[in-house]
Amino acid sequence: MASPSQTIVELSHVSFGYESGVPALEDVTFRIERGRSGCIVGPNGGGKSTLMRLLLGLLTPQQGEIRVFGRAPVAARPLIGYMPQYHQLDAAFPVTVFEVVLMGRMRRGFWGRYTAADREAARGALREMGIPELAPRRFSELSGGQRQRVLIARALACEPELLLLDEPTANIDPGAEEQFYGTLDVLRRRMTVLTVSHDLGFVNREIDLVICVNRRVTVHEAAAFSAETANEVYHHQVNLIKHDHACFCNCEHRRSEPLTPEEMEAGK
Amino acid sequence: MSLITDLLRPEMAFLRYALLVGALSSVALGIVGTMVVTRRISSLAGAASHAALGGIGAALFLQQLALPGLSPMVGAVVGAVSAALVVGTVNLCAREREDTIINVVWALWMSIGLLFLNWTRGYVDWQGYLFGNILLLTRTEVYMMIGLDVLILAPTLLFYNNILSMSFDWTFAELRGVRVKLIYFTLLVLTALAIVLLINVVGIILVIALLTLPAATAGCFTRHLWSMMVLATVLSCLFVVAGLLGSYWFNLPSGPAIVVLASMVYLFGLGFNAWRKRC
Repeated sequence: MASPSQTIVELSHVSFGYESGVPALEDVTFRIERGRSGCIVGPNGGGKSTLMRLLLGLLTPQQGEIRVFGRAPVAARPLIGYMPQYHQLDAAFPVTVFEVVLMGRMRRGFWGRYTAADREAARGALREMGIPELAPRRFSELSGGQRQRVLIARALACEPELLLLDEPTANIDPGAEEQFYGTLDVLRRRMTVLTVSHDLGFVNREIDLVICVNRRVTVHEAAAFSAETANEVYHHQVNLIKHDHACFCNCEHRRSEPLTPEEMEAGK
Repeated sequence: MSLITDLLRPEMAFLRYALLVGALSSVALGIVGTMVVTRRISSLAGAASHAALGGIGAALFLQQLALPGLSPMVGAVVGAVSAALVVGTVNLCAREREDTIINVVWALWMSIGLLFLNWTRGYVDWQGYLFGNILLLTRTEVYMMIGLDVLILAPTLLFYNNILSMSFDWTFAELRGVRVKLIYFTLLVLTALAIVLLINVVGIILVIALLTLPAATAGCFTRHLWSMMVLATVLSCLFVVAGLLGSYWFNLPSGPAIVVLASMVYLFGLGFNAWRKRC
């Protein structure tokens, strides 16, 4: 499916606020070109989830415009594979792994019947995630890491061009996390992957962009996002070692301070 | 043996109808109960069942005042469906104070019904609605129960995969283009209809127990949504029939007999599950 442009995601002057009145995101402008992958980082409550929900068309911005694959987000949904956090799902639900992955084959106008091709695609997605043997298991019996892989397989079964992963390393054990990073490196060669994480460990990996979200959004080249840049941006000592939570405190702290040159550049 | 000869006696038609309606209701109970348990909307079902009394009260009042042909069942359907739709909308839109609003609808509809009953002249057997009157069923209820089964089975068989994905992961299903809201509100209306007809079997107070217990028990032993529905149907049938026969033999009220039996099996199921996980 040829997309009209090489721009995967484009936001211009997007603002969004919930009913409480406090803006969750303000004047957000950035774009992501085809073939580049990014990690959305920032403190809890800083607007990461809001940004993701805007990209999926689950929320509509009060101001500004969002284009995904050159279309409105709702129209771009068939090209997006989305992986939610597994603990948002009912842990006791009676459903097997294979049935979960098949859900990725649903599409607009779907009348409730899967074809043989759908089943083959679901099996392929399970093989790609290295878990074909889990297919007949009950979803609720799996470990956190296994559930995460099943949900990525479901997103891959959509045959997406953009993969959106919500906190993929939250609540999984370190072994599974390491395995997950490996998988991600493979997927990035084939599609645009945007990962939401409160974990700056991602920044160390082979990603192209670091998207910092804290009401405002700044985008940095990952290669240039060294400890020095981080210090410059955050006006504080930031340590880019895995599981570094210092950054969040700094992000919070920065709210009251004037905009940095980088912010101005990305925001205007 | 005496049971079979008893059942064949002409004056025992009420017991035959009770067993037949009970067995037929198990299809509705199994399927709707599974959806209520997996979607976690049992408080919504509770509100709908109590709201039915509001409609019954209003219908009896209007019957006397202006519309002699109005059946209380019509009132029950209007009361239950309207409550289910209000609560369902609140469920979707308002994230806050959801439980408060459910309880307000629950109490308000029921109070309106009791007020109307108070204004209705003459004696009204409202206890029959609260506790059910399964031994007063007729051929009409048999046909209505068959109709309800068809009404519930058809969309479930046709749209099983859509229902499964909507129930398991609402957001993902919506992103894949499934019309989640349409399916959700259809399920709510079917739930309300099922509740109204099941009120005949066990009454308003116990209908939620009968709706949720077989499904919850089935959930302990199954790995698919469809197998949970099938097992819940089988269990409902066993509970209703065994409870009715038990109440006949031991001269007990049928509704409580059914619910006590269902609760005991559910507790056994929970215990079995806990034991299996430890091994």
